Amino acid sequence: MFCIPYVKCLPLVALYGQLLLGLINGSFYALLSLGLAVIFGMLRVINFAHGALYMLGAFVSWWLSITLGIPYWGALIFAPLAVGLVAVLIEKSMLHQMYRLDPLYGLLLTFGITQVIEGTFRYYYGASGQPYPPPPALSGPLNLGFMILPIYRAWVVVISILACLATWLLIERTRIGAYLRAATENPVLVQTFGINVPLMMTLTYAFGAALAGFAGVLAAPIYQVSPLMGTNLIIIVFAVVVAGGMGSILGAIVTGYILGLLEGLTKVFYPEASNIVIFVVMAIVLLLRPAGLFGRAA
Amino acid sequence: MSILAQQSAATGELRSRLNLLTLAAGAVAALVAPFVIYPVFLMNVLCFALFASAFNLLIGFVGLLSFGHAAFFGAAAYVTAHAAKVWGLPTELAILTGALAAAALGLIVGFLAIRRQGIYFSMITLALAQMFYFICLEVPFTHGEDGIQGVPRGTFLGFVNLDNNLAFYFVVLAIVAAGHFAIWRIVHSPFGNILKAIRDNEPRAISLGYNSDSYKLRAFVLSAGLAGLAGGTNAIVFQLATLTGVQWQSSGEVILMTLLGGIGTLAGPPIGAAITIGLQTYLAAVDFPVTVLIGLIFVVCVLLFRRGVAGEILAYMRKRG
Repeated sequence: MFCIPYVKCLPLVALYGQLLLGLINGSFYALLSLGLAVIFGMLRVINFAHGALYMLGAFVSWWLSITLGIPYWGALIFAPLAVGLVAVLIEKSMLHQMYRLDPLYGLLLTFGITQVIEGTFRYYYGASGQPYPPPPALSGPLNLGFMILPIYRAWVVVISILACLATWLLIERTRIGAYLRAATENPVLVQTFGINVPLMMTLTYAFGAALAGFAGVLAAPIYQVSPLMGTNLIIIVFAVVVAGGMGSILGAIVTGYILGLLEGLTKVFYPEASNIVIFVVMAIVLLLRPAGLFGRAA
Repeated sequence: MSILAQQSAATGELRSRLNLLTLAAGAVAALVAPFVIYPVFLMNVLCFALFASAFNLLIGFVGLLSFGHAAFFGAAAYVTAHAAKVWGLPTELAILTGALAAAALGLIVGFLAIRRQGIYFSMITLALAQMFYFICLEVPFTHGEDGIQGVPRGTFLGFVNLDNNLAFYFVVLAIVAAGHFAIWRIVHSPFGNILKAIRDNEPRAISLGYNSDSYKLRAFVLSAGLAGLAGGTNAIVFQLATLTGVQWQSSGEVILMTLLGGIGTLAGPPIGAAITIGLQTYLAAVDFPVTVLIGLIFVVCVLLFRRGVAGEILAYMRKRG
């Protein structure tokens, strides 16, 4: 048993279970806020459509499975590519016109795109979810001695951390990443060096979207594949981003995991507040450190 | 840079001439309409016109995009409904209580949100409004998914029987007109001029000695209170307060109304509200998803039509001289 005096006692297994759930939610928060931060850094656009792109990733995996019989492993590659392709279309046709305007217009445009995507899916698939089983190799439980761990969930945590680290390495340690960081600071100067900045912007948006799509594939076997799966998530991710500050890539990742764990703990000790704990943390951070935990003052 | 740099260049004389014209046309339409069109529909339009105008006070005249304005509309609806039904307050006092509650909520949300600027401000208001939604879902007095139903309409000031739709329409018209008059006064006051200065160049306003945070917060509270006035009135009209009012989709709708009508114009938001509510009512009978259409209008407005209906008319008149 695990006790917090005057609050609650409960079996350790329940605590571990909620912590694992927190870690999984944290993985999705981290992947999504990472994508938002990458896109915002380069395009100065807050991508409201991120939740819809995440949902799209889950739906593409489900389609691949029921129409072409492509299994989970294929979806893990093709779904992010498909979502990235959709993002290229969005950027080329509409979003690129927003760069010279007030950033608020980018938010409004992507909000409208979200409504169209989610509304269309809801029209055809209703609000209920489609089941998408985990691949056989990752099904079943793993007995750790102190708790039973579903293998798929452990996989999600591990692969998310790897994806976050890979993104961080790509941006901080490679030549392309260096171009990206330079273009974030001063796009005009980078362009005069002969680097195709508009193309970089398109690819950045596609990359951020592909990360959201990747998160969607990972989420498909855990949550059901439903048109509204990204709707509320995106607002939580906004709160994560505000609390973490968008200054650093690592900051977005760490904040995502911390807040996911905190939400899991709240589910154990005070479940009534579990829906709002992330927003409360955001409010406290705003009071104490307005630029965010990892943010630089504007 | 402000979101509406292109609009603010309109000359004052043209504006006042056009405003007078719009006002006269609006007044005639408002007086004749209930004899032609179903009054409850019109009351809904009027409430949302005030809601959109209150929202426009922030985006259009302070340059703050609140993505959580439904919280104030919805909070006032709950408080008004509760006050009228459970406490048995007279209708006018119930609406007033709702508006005050919304202003109080606006004080809290505004205090937190103005600590960041630009796009962050929008994200914070959205997140706090979502938090408020979850609170409304949990606390007992809102009755969760059911909402507060069967709110009595009562009598206005003790002598106007509000169960008569036509009489109620003119009461709502008076409330909404008063709300718009307040906005017009705010915008044209010295206070309003400082707000516009902050919108156009905040660092310069600060350097001139104005405490911009304090002005922003006061504008936010005023806007929240006026949105609350609209929300409370709406709750009495439909005798209902539900979670729909506090959902973030409602915040999106009020943004759309303002964008469609014309950000930063006084006539725009009511025009946008009338078009949007009209479309929603019409589409309810047709098999076409409302959210998709709202999204499409959003996209078209942002891409091609950023001045909105009123802004385009103004620009056209200006070109002709």
